[in-house]
Amino acid sequence: MMAPLLDLITGYWWDLRDLSNLSRMIYGRLDDWGFPDWSIYVISGMLGTLGIVSFIGGVAIINIWVERRVVGRMQSRLGPNRLGPFGLLQPVADAIKLMQKEVLQPASAPGLIYTVAPIAFTVPGIAVFAVIPWGRHMVLASLDVGLLYILGMSSLAVLSVFMAGYSSNNKYSLFGAMRVIAMLVSYEIPIVVGLLGVVLFAGTMDLQGIVLFQEDNWAFMVMLQPLAFLIYFFAISAELNRTPADIAEAESEIVGGYHTEYSGMKFGLFYAAELINAVSVSAIIATLFLGGWWMYELDELVPGWMIFIGKVYGVYFLFVWTRGTLPRFRIDQLLAFAWKWLTPMAIINVVVVAAEVLVWEESGWSAGFWIPVFIAVNGALTGALVVGFVKFFAPKFQRFPTRPRFYPDIDVPSLPAVTGAEFMAKGGQA
Amino acid sequence: MIAPLLAFTLHLEEVLVVGAALFAIGLYVALSKRNAIGVLMGVELMLNAVNVTLLAFSRFIESEQPLDGQVFAVFVITVAAAEAAVALALAVAIYKHRETVNIDEIDLLRW
Amino acid sequence: MIAENGIVIAFWLLAATTIGCALMVAAVRELVQAVLFLALTFVGAAGMYIVLSADFVAVVQVLIYAGAVSVLMTFAVMLTPAADRRNSETVFQVPALVLAGLVLAVLVFVTLDTDWAISDRAAFSATAASLGEAFLKPYVVPFEVASVLLMVAMIGAIVLTQEDEPPPRRQEGE
Repeated sequence: MMAPLLDLITGYWWDLRDLSNLSRMIYGRLDDWGFPDWSIYVISGMLGTLGIVSFIGGVAIINIWVERRVVGRMQSRLGPNRLGPFGLLQPVADAIKLMQKEVLQPASAPGLIYTVAPIAFTVPGIAVFAVIPWGRHMVLASLDVGLLYILGMSSLAVLSVFMAGYSSNNKYSLFGAMRVIAMLVSYEIPIVVGLLGVVLFAGTMDLQGIVLFQEDNWAFMVMLQPLAFLIYFFAISAELNRTPADIAEAESEIVGGYHTEYSGMKFGLFYAAELINAVSVSAIIATLFLGGWWMYELDELVPGWMIFIGKVYGVYFLFVWTRGTLPRFRIDQLLAFAWKWLTPMAIINVVVVAAEVLVWEESGWSAGFWIPVFIAVNGALTGALVVGFVKFFAPKFQRFPTRPRFYPDIDVPSLPAVTGAEFMAKGGQA
Repeated sequence: MIAPLLAFTLHLEEVLVVGAALFAIGLYVALSKRNAIGVLMGVELMLNAVNVTLLAFSRFIESEQPLDGQVFAVFVITVAAAEAAVALALAVAIYKHRETVNIDEIDLLRW
Repeated sequence: MIAENGIVIAFWLLAATTIGCALMVAAVRELVQAVLFLALTFVGAAGMYIVLSADFVAVVQVLIYAGAVSVLMTFAVMLTPAADRRNSETVFQVPALVLAGLVLAVLVFVTLDTDWAISDRAAFSATAASLGEAFLKPYVVPFEVASVLLMVAMIGAIVLTQEDEPPPRRQEGE
């Protein structure tokens, strides 16, 4: 029924479902007007970048409101509701406030590092968007090693945290920065090994290839690999310094951690960079696990990039939901979670996925048989692992953390570990 | 008309000269820094220069298996990372005993 | 030889960045700034690898060198708080300069004088899959040895920095 209507738009430049038609028309016109090839290449890069950066800018503004309002409603309070209907102008007020604030820079801070740190924190988050496919033919940079490029960008952000903490010339900022770096480096392993399972299934590190794999097999990767999704979700929320892992910027504990000494728009850049990082990670999850721009033939009617943005906001809502619900972990709990829970689970996931891929290749039976089998097996494995880990490896309730390692001369009395029930049974004594 | 003026080319020798310059700078840093971590920085620079040279050869030289250069470069990165870890652990361990990482002051074979 | 204008310009910009940052590593007076310039050198070198159509090696370089080795060095700097943080040189500065200059001269002379067997092969396309095959077919033994090496390095680093455990504390009223 829709076919004659769709024929009217398919392939023409006004077909919004695939913006590559529009860009191809523009480049064709430029070519007709005599522009050399390299200039068309540069202009195409700039147009794509313009689109992505405008999306990022809009998202950074909107997400300020989304975070505060949604978290507020989840916590049974109103959230910002004074400025504009439903508080929608709150981001504007925040931006104006940050811009007109006086930048109080510590006098003895090494100037260049202090200024570059927020920029170095923002750029990798934005650079991730270069490899993400927005539609069937809409990728800015079709890299063969796209996923590895994304991992490299996340590991570059670690250095900028150190730069911010060190250049603040403030012992507490430095201490907060070193804690954060230990956490970020620990969580890189579950992220990489968890995504290894995705790459094994899809057979390629190219993000468009992974989306096409999901399209060919008529299944979202999250159904095929729930364990990888869970591992990646929790590990990346630690990398993003979001609650429950926001020990870095816990206002109630170390003031602001590595961005204590930043004020005005420099702090605004850190704040915006965290939101942008959250959105870029949501985009990665939407591409890898939720099918990106593909949604069971829906992209015939609805533009792929709209589906993609919807999925990005769905995953971002998951992040905000986790933030509004869970309390904050301690740093030693976070590190134990990374090393003792996520890393073994990720390794088991890779081993099982490799075995499954081998069985799939060797047996030669069609995907139609194997995909439901893998969905069932992986789902059962995920359930068994999560329940098993919680039952057998959850530590007893520890009143004090284990001895801190950075400063061994601080004496912390190590009380014996008791479970919560025993603690209460003894009347609140250890 | 402008095209012939802008016809740049990149030859193997130019890349090798860049690699040699990086190696020489790394050698200077490794030999002349007082801090043990500074010496390690020089060593890492030299290893990067070696990688540049290996990849230039892999790209430009006639060979039956041209990707061998890239395989070798990945191994160099791996070994360099392992060596950096052990060297820095050594530096921290020496610091715990001697309160210094100045290579001029760590000059006794036994404590 | 590479003949596309844009790529050649990009290579020279990246080479200038890399060598400039390497010179800054030698020249800055603060150790932490030197480590950060070293990280920038690694990123510049990764750019050069991309020009030489080694995309997988370039991303691995960013991931490992700029993302992990630099962080390792900053940790080492932070875990040695009473050490001298100035990036000063020993008495061997001038001999080192002379030696480095001689090495550079020899290498440049050898480079320009040798008759290289240049091939007119096009740039590599996707290297990740081919490298994976190379690691598992002809080079599987070095691959396994490298993983053993990494494990040994990890264990060695942990053993070297292990503190002596204090004697176990007695509990009160035992």
